[in-house]
Amino acid sequence: MDIEKVEKVVKKKRTKFPEKLIYEIADAAERHDLNDKELDELVKEIKKANQRAGVENGEAVGTVAAQSVGEPGTQMTMRTFHYAGVAELNVTLGLPRLIEIVDARKKISTPTMGIYFDEEYSADEEFVRKIANRIGKIILNDILKDFNVNYANMNLSIEIDEDKVNDKRLEYDEIIAKIEKAFKKVEIDKNLLSFEPTITDPKHAIRELRLLADKVRDLQISGVKNIGKVVIRKEGAEWAIHTEGSNLGAVLKMEGVDKTRTSTNDIHEVEKVLGVEAARNAIIHEAQSTMEEQGLTVDVRHIMLVADMMTADGKVKSIGRHGISGEKASVLARASFEETGKHLLRASIRGEVDHLTGIIENIIIGQPIPLGTGSVGVIMKEKK
Amino acid sequence: MKGILKKISQINFGLMSPENIRKMSVTKIVTPDTYDEDGYPIEAGLMDPRLGVIDPGLRCRSCGSKGGDCQGHFGHINLARPVIHVGFADTIHKVLRSTCKDCGHVLLTEAEMADYREKIGNQIKNEESITAIIKDVYTVARRDKCPHCAEEQEDVKIDKPVSIVEGNYKLTASEVRERLEAIPEDEYIFVGINHEVAKPEWMVLTVLPVPPVTVRPSITLETGERSEDDLTHKLVDILRINQRLKENMEAGAPQLIVEDLWELLQYHVTTYFDNEASGVPPARHRSGRPLKTLAQRLKGKEGRFRSNLSGKRVNFSARTVISPDPNISINEVGVPEMIATEVTVPVFVTEWNIEAMKKFIMNGPNVHPGANYVIRPDERKIRVYDETKETVIEKLEPGFVVERHLMDGDVVLFNRQPSLHRMSMMAHEVKVLPYKTFRLNLCVCPPYNADFDGDEMNMHVFQTEESRAEAKSLMRVQEHILSPRFGGPIIGGIHDHISGAYLLTREGSVFSEEDVFQMVKHARMALPNATGKDWTGKQVFSLLLPKDLNMVYKAEICRKCDECLKQECKNDAYVVIDNGQIITGAMDEKAYGAFSGKILDSIVKEYGTDKAREFLDSSTKLAISGIMKRGFTTSTADEEIPREAKDRIEQLLANAEAKVEQLIEAYHNEELEALPGRSLRETLEMKIMQVLGEARDKSGEIAESYFGMENHAVIMALTGARGSMLNLTQIAACVGQQSVRGGRIERGYSQRTLPHFQVGELGAKASGFVHSSYKKGLDPLEFFFHAMGGREGLVDTAIRTAQSGYMQRRLVNALQDLNVQPDGTVRDNRGVIVQTEYGEDGIDPAKSDYGKVADIDRMIDEMRIKSKIGK
Repeated sequence: MDIEKVEKVVKKKRTKFPEKLIYEIADAAERHDLNDKELDELVKEIKKANQRAGVENGEAVGTVAAQSVGEPGTQMTMRTFHYAGVAELNVTLGLPRLIEIVDARKKISTPTMGIYFDEEYSADEEFVRKIANRIGKIILNDILKDFNVNYANMNLSIEIDEDKVNDKRLEYDEIIAKIEKAFKKVEIDKNLLSFEPTITDPKHAIRELRLLADKVRDLQISGVKNIGKVVIRKEGAEWAIHTEGSNLGAVLKMEGVDKTRTSTNDIHEVEKVLGVEAARNAIIHEAQSTMEEQGLTVDVRHIMLVADMMTADGKVKSIGRHGISGEKASVLARASFEETGKHLLRASIRGEVDHLTGIIENIIIGQPIPLGTGSVGVIMKEKK
Repeated sequence: MKGILKKISQINFGLMSPENIRKMSVTKIVTPDTYDEDGYPIEAGLMDPRLGVIDPGLRCRSCGSKGGDCQGHFGHINLARPVIHVGFADTIHKVLRSTCKDCGHVLLTEAEMADYREKIGNQIKNEESITAIIKDVYTVARRDKCPHCAEEQEDVKIDKPVSIVEGNYKLTASEVRERLEAIPEDEYIFVGINHEVAKPEWMVLTVLPVPPVTVRPSITLETGERSEDDLTHKLVDILRINQRLKENMEAGAPQLIVEDLWELLQYHVTTYFDNEASGVPPARHRSGRPLKTLAQRLKGKEGRFRSNLSGKRVNFSARTVISPDPNISINEVGVPEMIATEVTVPVFVTEWNIEAMKKFIMNGPNVHPGANYVIRPDERKIRVYDETKETVIEKLEPGFVVERHLMDGDVVLFNRQPSLHRMSMMAHEVKVLPYKTFRLNLCVCPPYNADFDGDEMNMHVFQTEESRAEAKSLMRVQEHILSPRFGGPIIGGIHDHISGAYLLTREGSVFSEEDVFQMVKHARMALPNATGKDWTGKQVFSLLLPKDLNMVYKAEICRKCDECLKQECKNDAYVVIDNGQIITGAMDEKAYGAFSGKILDSIVKEYGTDKAREFLDSSTKLAISGIMKRGFTTSTADEEIPREAKDRIEQLLANAEAKVEQLIEAYHNEELEALPGRSLRETLEMKIMQVLGEARDKSGEIAESYFGMENHAVIMALTGARGSMLNLTQIAACVGQQSVRGGRIERGYSQRTLPHFQVGELGAKASGFVHSSYKKGLDPLEFFFHAMGGREGLVDTAIRTAQSGYMQRRLVNALQDLNVQPDGTVRDNRGVIVQTEYGEDGIDPAKSDYGKVADIDRMIDEMRIKSKIGK
């Protein structure tokens, strides 16, 4: 059954359904092969259900959301690292990860990316491997066959392993170019290279040589900034890359990368590259998958509200004294959370006024709170 | 029972000027002594009677009201020399850095001033924070040269906590004050000072307000000795130094001495405000304990804000140990008589209830449905004594309020800490019972997260009609069967309810009619018509189901076979309910257990909370009577496996160990191939873990193959009542690998786990693999490793509770002001829209079907059935 038809019926009933619900109805109608009359009836029933299940005005949705996200925290494991899907990569999970998300940390402990490819390339292992080697960090040490520090001649000789170079889909010439650029005193004879240290003080000659040895070995010959190890995996029919470290901006610019599915778990990076709206979705996705991985079910609406609160004014703010709680309008609300003295003193020189519209303020002064049944009054109907 | 007489509409914050401090003061304090030899407070001392009274007998010399009614009056101390207020030291530093040392103007050009003035004005108009702009000004206005008088500026630094240093010269507080005075009033705003309520020079104190005695009451010890409050101690110090400084100045003492005393005065005033300021040693009590001064009184968890203002102590509450009572409804709570006679409910006396009230008073305060107090219309409270009750009754008339004992049917609030979600506080109906514990139905244990190993709970009695009405319609237990977290049931059967229901309803469970009637009666259900035949358990349980309930689901005991045999399921795991009759399938956790009960879930959603409560009450009782008819017990005999099985497990573990040895050898010979992205050592660990994990699982499978559905422990594990198959196999077959920090145990002794092993030993046994079963018993080494793993678990839990508690506090604090507005938007208290429609569809998850509006498939099925009947 097509969507338009359902939409038409919904419109006829003078109601409005969210898009997702319309899709669900259409899907169900097709599965059960409903006729027009039945569809009509179904929409009527759902309209009733929709009204019954609606949120009531004044409902303290914030508190309920906070409790629903916070309460399962006690049941989560502290096990920081776990192998999530890919055996080779460590990813922070459980309570520490959830705290990281609501804190909106700038530097998360285990940034990671999932890189997927456009249809035309996704099954092409060769192509994916090539990209993987362009993304992943490869140092000279990874492609060496032989490495010798010659103290007698005060030089360093290395042999590049051609098999490894080919295996990693690297270009020999590019590697040589990189080496030549990084080191001045280098002699190149096909795969055999020898380096000489620049000795300024003969007393420290040996140290210089050793330092050079480390430098040579650690020379990065390929890779995107901030990305370390990469893992290539076959997921169903397609190939995908998982990385340790993340650089969404650079990866999305690469050819063949599917820009809709490729993602990172670094929320600030998503915000920087794709904007707040995307960051909001990233928060929802990350929080939800953290919960699900622990076997805990939390309604998306609660997580959405947390994410929306975090991104409400155009940038990602943390939950806590440096973010939302520190920017509240009320002096008393801020003072009763953290840094009591600072807020009171600042309020006094600024001449701040507390209008007592929030929850804690009203609790502090002993008045009913403006939520739920406290947000309405009752007026007796006058007799005519 | 009074309405709100006054409503506070706003609170203004500001600084106090020296004039204001003097104006509000009732007396100048000069003497550092408090009491004279006779124990009377000294005039102009810190306990001056004009500062207010605490003793209830005395009258206040300033306002004339009695002790308790007088809230106290401030005094003041004239400081011999000005001192800097610690809290503002930072601000003073920034202000001085941003203003000219000569002309006092803020170091901004005219153009910048106009620009910032507009920006700040806009923010203030919109009631938004100006902090960011002020911060900006502080950086821009750090100039080397004044744009107004071209004076060269020296760098102003702060030496924590209160010393302001310019270049190499330390400014005195008087000099600081002079500089602040020089700032023109219309430029205050650039440094973040509101000229209407504050002047920068007021941040340097010349006169110190002395709080009234009510703020710092002294306590009299048993010995008759008086012990003064920390604040009083600090004020004595200040007065003493102030006095000495004044005398020295008047006597024309050398500059050096005066400066030293001035410094000391600054120290005392600093610690009087904040005794934890960085850079100053905290002032200590004679015993060595740091004094609790003004900032410490407000700050932190035990401070005024969080402890006394955000949280308040209440009357009409009770707390005791909880214990289970399967015979009361989930809506009820058993209250010990002792508590019921102590906490009371106020009842308005009217001409219709006056006789009943008189009866209560007649019972007196000690006999159960009695009364403790009578409140007259003039608000005088009269205690009811056995001796006076007759006279009280005589005077009783409509308009009085009787505080009668708690009785059956009263609504109370019941709570268990930690109150992590709203289901931690629910309204129950009182049932007064003997003995001294609160009794609760077992089904409400999950939402409170309660057990009976000594848990205590609190009870609060509502005191107004509105609160009672609200609680009854919104907070009653039955209204909270569905959790707002995921839209499924959180209250439901647990433990024996589940194994009981399984034993009752499983295939082949047949009861004589007599037994059935006994069980039905025990569950307080309506007796069915006699059939004269034996009943199957499924028929008995079906009596509870609504007559038009239809559903199909897979039970918890489902083994997830590759191909589902549906109705022919050998485990009786395929539940089919047709018009309220269980056709196939046994009842277990999936039927009416907490968190996953499908039948319960469907009853709440289709038939309402009243029906659901009835169903839960009766079904759990039926299950209990069912389990009692059949008998149910468990012991280690349940985990007994035959010799042959033990041998097989032994063999299996020996093989696994050999394989581990092989791996280790391969590792030592460097024959092991590293996994991509892993070191050799890590690869070895992973492989060993895998081999040992498999060995444990296999040994479990062997043990499991000897366990049948007749085994009570297995029934509990498979129906979801308690425990898991893993627990059973650990008891019967093999405990398995103990882990610390997510891997095998590797530390403890030098280069090995314990001295019993060789250096660098990597074998299974040496890294915490426990071959034994719990039943067989662990050998000493295994026991030790097991304790290591167990300890890590305990530490983990302790840390987790602290961390998640703080996270939840932050979440609640950040989100609590959000609510749904009449236009459907979600806004905070400032009116900022956070969501244009709650959850993008305006559906309340608590009323939803696991997050969905409704189960569309079910709806269609029902529709079709209905239309069929219609035809």
